[in-house]
Formats: sequence, C-alpha cells, structure tokens
Amino acid sequence: MKPAPFEHHAPLTVEQAVSVLTEVGHDGKVLAGGQSLIPILNMRLASPAHLVDINRVAGLDTVEVTPEAVRVGALVRHAGLERSAEAYAALPLLRQALVNVAHPAIRNRGTTVGSIAHADAAGEMPAILALTDGVVEVAGPSGSREVAWSDFFLGALETSLAAEELAVAVRFGRFPAGTGTAFTEAARRHGDYAMAGVGVALTVADGVVSGARASFVSVTDVPSVLDLGPALDGVEPGSGEWDAALDTVAEAVRGHVEPEGDIHASADYRRMLVTELTRRVLPQAADRAGAIA
Amino acid sequence: MTDTTPATETLHDVTVSVNGVRHSAAVPARRLLSDFLRHDLELTGTHVGCEHGVCGACTVLVDGQPMRSCLMFAVTAQDHAITTVEGLCSAPDARTAPTGESMNPVQQAFAECHGLQCGFCTPGFLTTVTAYLEENPSPTSEEAREAISGNLCRCTGYQNIVKSVLRAAEIKAERAEERA
Repeated sequence: MKPAPFEHHAPLTVEQAVSVLTEVGHDGKVLAGGQSLIPILNMRLASPAHLVDINRVAGLDTVEVTPEAVRVGALVRHAGLERSAEAYAALPLLRQALVNVAHPAIRNRGTTVGSIAHADAAGEMPAILALTDGVVEVAGPSGSREVAWSDFFLGALETSLAAEELAVAVRFGRFPAGTGTAFTEAARRHGDYAMAGVGVALTVADGVVSGARASFVSVTDVPSVLDLGPALDGVEPGSGEWDAALDTVAEAVRGHVEPEGDIHASADYRRMLVTELTRRVLPQAADRAGAIA
Repeated sequence: MTDTTPATETLHDVTVSVNGVRHSAAVPARRLLSDFLRHDLELTGTHVGCEHGVCGACTVLVDGQPMRSCLMFAVTAQDHAITTVEGLCSAPDARTAPTGESMNPVQQAFAECHGLQCGFCTPGFLTTVTAYLEENPSPTSEEAREAISGNLCRCTGYQNIVKSVLRAAEIKAERAEERA
C-alpha cells in the first residue's frame, strides 16, 4: 500500500512541464490533485518512473467566465469550481454535478481537469464536458492545440493526449438562454462511484422544448451525448404529451447505454436505473428552464 | 522509516509547517504525507486506515482545508501549513493528550456525547468537523450527516457522532459568547 519509487519533477511553468514530459515520455505521469492517481500508485496498479508534479506551475488555477464558456485551469480544485459564484451563475450544471464528486475532502484536493484527463467512465466531469460540448486545451512540445471532447475520450481511462502533452485547461460550453440543467446519480454509498448517473440540458422556447440532450456516468465506455430532441422537441413540459414523451426518452436511453455488470450492479439493473434517473431529472431541468410553473 | 529506504532513492528536503511549527526532514519523493507526519515527524495522532482515500481516518487540514494525507506526497506539501489532530487543542505541547479546557469545541463534544469508541477514526472526524464548523457554524442534523459522510466509523453507528457535531456547534457558540 505504498507507491513504488519514482523520480519527482516540480516544474514552475507549463513549458518546463512539457519539456520534462517530452524527456520522460511514456515513463511519465502528470500529478495534479492526485485523488485518482495516488490510490492507483498506493495499490501499485501503476508505477510510473517519473511524476511531473504541476502543483507549483503558475497561472493554472483560475476560473474564467466568457459569454461562450467557463474556462477551468488545470489546478482548479473541484471545491474551488463548486464554490465559484461566477461559474455557478454562468453554468449551474457544474455545481449540480460537482457535489456528486466523492466527498468534500477529496474535492478540496482533486482537480476538475485532472478527472477529465483521467477519463474514468465513472467520473462525473468527463460526462459534463461532453454534455456542454466542451474543449480541452492542450500544451505540447510543438505549441498548443485544442481538442473537442468527442475527439478527446478514446476509451476507458484512455484519451488522445500524447505522453509529452499537458492538459492546461478545459472549457465547458454555456447553454442558450431558456436552458435548464440537472444532474443525478445513484451509488451504493454516499460519495462512492456511481452505479449510474445522468446529466441533462433542456431548452424551452415559447413554452415548448426546443432542444434537449443527456450524457451519462458509469453506463457508457466513454462519455457520449444522446440527443433527446427527437423525443421532446415541440412538447410542453408538464402537459399530457410530456409523460408520453418521457416514455420515448426512456426507450432511447435504454437503447443508447451499454452498461457492464459487476459485483455492485448487473448490466440490466444499471440500464433500468439510468432510465429511471433520466425520467426524474428531466422535469427538474424543465422546472429550471422556467417551463413548469 | 528512513533506515528501510533503499540507498539508491533520492531524498528531498521537505519543510512543512505543522500545527504552527516548522518541521524539516529528508524523505524520498514517494513518502505519503500521512507517513511523513507519523514516521518522520513522529506525530502519530493522524491515523492511517485504507490508504486509498475512502476511510477518512488520515484527514488533516492543508491551509485550513480538510484533505486526505494518504493521497498527498510530502514533497507536494512543501511550504504548506498542515493542521493535525494534535494541533486542534491549545495544550502547550501538541503531543500531550488534550484535557479539560485545552480541548477544542469538537473534541469536547465528542467526549461529552460519546462520539467515539475505539478512537481509530476519531482524528479524521475531529479535523473534518473542525473545518466544517468554520464554514457552517450552525448545521442541521441533515447537514451534519452530509458533513461527516466522507469518514467511516466501524464502532459508533454514527448516531453519537452526529450528536457530537451538533453539540460542538453549541459549545463553539457558547465559548464565543463567553469571550464577548
């Protein structure tokens, strides 16, 4: 239960970090909050020869709100983003999801960008990056590049980040006016990895749904977005038609997810669970969009 | 611990302020903060349970915020201010067991309300609750449960811990009033 020996690097700038990562290649791993990485090291599921500790890199700890996005630097802790009033005003979905990330003591240390770079299918924030049509900002030896969420996640715990690259920030896209969002998940114990989770964004114009999407936790290999527009567009939330539309949504969710069974929950149970959770969060999102009086 | 360190491992000079006192030790990069506190600084009040962030026994305050000391390396804690359970009381020697008035409100409440049995998980609860009450000085019973949800206790069944959190809030308010 102790990590294997490694060499510790403490770069002070993004350039230094990238230069060390380039030097050590696949033997290197970035350490930010470490709340996923250090358990893996402690259990010796991984033993990288080099850890590039970015905690002293300047300029990575800011949250910026622009008209299009909420930009979160690589050293912003989950708790910092959760408490940011500006981020909450611009994109309430962030806080709605973040309070489900483990426990406060973990959120005080773990970083949002780190959990996205870790790309665990049971992680909340990768699903939120997808739902908001977000972008990862990457620094590498030949300059910087931006990667859309759909090109970022390749598989469980696998991203398109090269060994010599550092994710310096992510941008969560903001929704159009009239959009309500909601997030929920079910876990065996409070703060555990979710058996299933779902986030939704629902836009209402002139009293009827004009767009809706969902993304999922723990029931898909990589984050993916399900367009609920075909089921919900033109429907007035809370009307008689709404209940029938939710049945159509449930069918679509059942077909979209690909859960795997394990000791905690069978695949069938997870599929049933995420369908039910989606039914529950859509009225909340509609309510927040101002559609249900 | 240092005598079991392989000779080939590079040692880092780490200086950390723990309970207001600066401590330095030369440790390998892989030394967890929890082991740094216990083995290198001999502050054994911080307990180590699961070593993967689940149980909460090793929770310490880093710059006032509760964090898992088993999920941090000592080298990363360099120049940060750590508060361990030894630092919660006002006893002159942090290593002396707290008695009477030197206990902080949370420690006194846990003693009064029987918020512990074996005591293994207690240091993590005390640090977590101390920081929580700074943020929310008068929690409801529901909020108290949420506040301690990241700490496991195998003895008490939690009922008395919830009572202790609520009582600690009272004691804290009473002491503030007395001082006013």
